[in-house]
Amino acid sequence: MKKFLFLSILAVMAIGLMANTTITIKGSDTLVRLGQRWAEEYMKHNPETVIQVSGGGSGTGIAALLNGATDICESSRDMKEKEYKMAKDKGIETYRVAVALDGIAVFLNEKNPINTLTFDQLKGIYTGAITNWKEVGGVDARIIVYSRENNSGTYVFFKEHVLDEEDFSQYAQTLPGTAAVVNAVSRDEYGIGYGGIAWATGVKFAAVAKTAEDKAILPSNETVSSGEYPISRDLYWFFNGKPTGELKNLLNWALSEAGQKLAGEIDYVPLPKERAEKNMIQ
Amino acid sequence: MPELVFKPKSKFWEFVGAKIISISALSALIGILLIFVFIFKEALPVFTNSEVQEEASLDKMTFKQEYYEGREAKYSWQPNSTVPKYSLYPLFLGTIKAAIIAMLFAAPLGIGAAIYSSEFASRRMRETIKPVIELLAAIPSVVLGFFALIVLATFLQNVLGLTFRLNALNAGIALGLAVIPIIFTVAEDAMTSVPRSLREAAIALGANPWQVSMTMVLPAALPGIAAGVVLGFGRAIGETMIVLMASGNAAIVSASFVESVRTFSATIAAELAEVVFGSTHYTVLFFIGTLLFVFTFAINLGGELVLGRIKEKLQGRTQ
Repeated sequence: MKKFLFLSILAVMAIGLMANTTITIKGSDTLVRLGQRWAEEYMKHNPETVIQVSGGGSGTGIAALLNGATDICESSRDMKEKEYKMAKDKGIETYRVAVALDGIAVFLNEKNPINTLTFDQLKGIYTGAITNWKEVGGVDARIIVYSRENNSGTYVFFKEHVLDEEDFSQYAQTLPGTAAVVNAVSRDEYGIGYGGIAWATGVKFAAVAKTAEDKAILPSNETVSSGEYPISRDLYWFFNGKPTGELKNLLNWALSEAGQKLAGEIDYVPLPKERAEKNMIQ
Repeated sequence: MPELVFKPKSKFWEFVGAKIISISALSALIGILLIFVFIFKEALPVFTNSEVQEEASLDKMTFKQEYYEGREAKYSWQPNSTVPKYSLYPLFLGTIKAAIIAMLFAAPLGIGAAIYSSEFASRRMRETIKPVIELLAAIPSVVLGFFALIVLATFLQNVLGLTFRLNALNAGIALGLAVIPIIFTVAEDAMTSVPRSLREAAIALGANPWQVSMTMVLPAALPGIAAGVVLGFGRAIGETMIVLMASGNAAIVSASFVESVRTFSATIAAELAEVVFGSTHYTVLFFIGTLLFVFTFAINLGGELVLGRIKEKLQGRTQ
């Protein structure tokens, strides 16, 4: 037994030595699936590179980048001013690249008669100013508000873009992960939630309008990619300094047609072609 | 000269062996001490750092605050706001609410099962019940939490017609499932360790089994049962995964048992991964950790003391 253990440790170490490069990717739970998919595919073509991908939330990834614990930080939001400053203090030169797009969809239960919501209504619902579906044209029932934990990039993005930095209602129930939010809304007739458009099964999307005069747009790859859908965002990779060597190859491959196609296949929104090409490093 | 069975070997190795054993015993003690020192050290800025105190002094964490001029003063936990709010009161209330519901659910069941198992069950029955209930303790709390999130919440909502699917009741019952084996085990042990002589005396005076257990065993084992309840309460306060998944995690101040609650432990679990090291938020989370540590430590210590006392008392009587 001991001998076996020793041998396996040796084997692992040998594999570690044989591979030339190990790249760690850490951060956003929204991006982790894409990172993993990219890593698998990239490693298939470049067996000498080992890529380790883990999630934990954008905040976790950024903290890891600042502490030098990861090569690539995946983040579904830009870094905050405070974080940029901390990076500078630590001598880290952050390099930001948008690698894919994501729309934040608003989830409703399939039984809910409401199909469209405006920004103002969403803001009212999530800050607690609107508490009954009746107030937005629905049935007379209490709105059950589901939100994400405050370490998620989705939470921060929603707070900035939809709530105008106001606080979430104290009645907003925070759940760990978009999957949990989708699950809760699918079981709760009067529930509302939000999260990446890649996630939803068992719930329906609300079409969102910037104002009452604007046309309400359903989130989809096309509307997010074109910028029509109002709650969309860039998904980033952050590096410490402009990437070179294997990091550069990986990035350029992710931004290539093949990489972006892969993103589309697993329900992320690919970058428009000219933007992807612009983001590549020559 | 007869041959010795135990031959004296190297004194040195015996000495080393004894030391290693005592170190492993001490290490638990040292571990607890170091953990407490570490947590408290990280929480210390709450008392010393004026920058932290500006946002989260003891006063601000305890009492209602007027966060925006002209608006009503309130309790609010919004650490990621433009005006960070660190009121611990809603979290404290949530923790207590969930734990109380857990106890209301688990104590009668746990104690009832313990009485049945120790007094009325046949030997075979007892040997089935005891391991099965104790098996409940082996279910990972994340599984219990998942069960509450998916199944129990829907069931309760449909039966009781609740507005909020995830609420204190749902979390409390799931917590109760985790607490039952603790109460059961301690209470059952307390009852079975009531000396035979007491039972025999009661039977000699003509008591039937019900009278024996109610008038003799139960009063004698009461401190032990109480200790079980107290230890269970300690577990209910510290349990994390179940409440994180089943309670909805909204920091509300209300007396209602069917609204969402956010507990101390769930708050730490949900937020600690993201905070910037050394920030106010980080410090406050460690302060919460210190509070939890002190609470559960005091509760468990109290429970153990009572348990020790009852054992002494009962053994004293038999001699």
